[in-house]
Amino acid sequence: MKSAAKALKKSAWVFPFFSGSCNNCNIEILDCLTPRFDLERFGVLLVGNARHADAILVAGVLNKKGVPRLKRIYQQVPKPCLVIAVGACALSQGIFSGSYAISELPVDRVVPVDIYIPGCPPKPEAIMAGLLKALENSGTKVPRTVRKK
Amino acid sequence: MNMVRYGFWFLVFPGFAFSALIGMLASWADRKLAARIQYRQGPPLLQPFWDLRKLLSKEAVIPRSASRSLFLLSPLLGLAGATVAASMLGVAAFWPGKSFVGDLIVLLYFLLFPGLSLMLGGLASRNPIAALGAAREMKLIFSYEPALLAAISVVLVKTRGELSLSNIVSWQALHGPVALSLSGGLALLLALFAVQAKLSAVPFDLAEAETELASGVLIEYSGFLLGIFRLTRMIMLYLMPAFLVILFLGGIGPGPVGILLGLLKFFALLAAFILIRSLSPRLRTDQAIKLFWKGGLGLGLVALALALWGW
Repeated sequence: MKSAAKALKKSAWVFPFFSGSCNNCNIEILDCLTPRFDLERFGVLLVGNARHADAILVAGVLNKKGVPRLKRIYQQVPKPCLVIAVGACALSQGIFSGSYAISELPVDRVVPVDIYIPGCPPKPEAIMAGLLKALENSGTKVPRTVRKK
Repeated sequence: MNMVRYGFWFLVFPGFAFSALIGMLASWADRKLAARIQYRQGPPLLQPFWDLRKLLSKEAVIPRSASRSLFLLSPLLGLAGATVAASMLGVAAFWPGKSFVGDLIVLLYFLLFPGLSLMLGGLASRNPIAALGAAREMKLIFSYEPALLAAISVVLVKTRGELSLSNIVSWQALHGPVALSLSGGLALLLALFAVQAKLSAVPFDLAEAETELASGVLIEYSGFLLGIFRLTRMIMLYLMPAFLVILFLGGIGPGPVGILLGLLKFFALLAAFILIRSLSPRLRTDQAIKLFWKGGLGLGLVALALALWGW
């Protein structure tokens, strides 16, 4: 079991979920894969398929259409699964706060979020630090269930 | 006694354990070199091991609509095929006296198993995207197999119809590697591209197509089932270059110098594979079919004619 927990830290495949963001966070996330930062050093890969993922990176404010999709993607990911909220919008709805199109629920009321990375957009260094911290702490906590409002 | 020996061949030495180990190393070299080409650092040496270990510990989801037994069986079918092929190839390389006449043909059938299992697994998952991927895989198999067979038949013509791998190696020990002749060189070039398609690596990764099909045939696979598919691919990554080394470059020769040379040949072919993979974009299905049926088979027939001519 110990090596299983270690393996998750050494090889996290990340599924990016972008919902109604202004695209800046997405670009900063893709920046983490460039030669300057190179997340693959830590075994992190970006995957396009929820079934292969170990972590979901949620970027952008959650809009009304996004809520059922985020829930469904969270159910599709084989457990254990980390959720990482990237950027001011995913944390606190950012500049979109009060818009008619967005969900009343923030991301962490829809799926259990493991780590929050603030910034508009966060720097690639911050995203990498957050992702690695989330991986470092994974397995040490009791898995949380989705909180109901 | 024979059963014990066959079991050892299949499970330990040239078979499962050995080929999995070498396959993991080859897979690491693949990712590392591709990363270095892009000026990245690349993953650490144990990365393939950690990937597999993680996949083994993850939950494996079986879709409700999937055909359950086929969905579970097809990864095993691919792994078993690759392992049998690895043990046959290893026996022919390390104990030349123990291989049998016609093992080349049997080996070609077993090498088809991983592609077939991808197709079966994709169709068994009943996911429409996986079905699309399986259809593409089928078209790909139909396009690269004739080209690969044309390339191999050049070797057969050159060696005057030797059908056993160890005889092909010993013929080359006497007359020099097949690849050094004009027809053999052309055939090796063709075989390299066919192997690229057989491993569904980048110019021919249309069955998986991360960006458009979200890993296509493998879309519903997770956990240890996905792990088995990845392990099969790693074994094939070791198997196909080794197969070409035996067919075209004279195999792994006797003595320490011969073994060192054999390893060099293997790494040269692996590096060629990685270079093609990281320097080319993905082809569309029709482009891949055209490439193999026109260019590939044409080149193969030219090489075959040259070989019959004696060049």
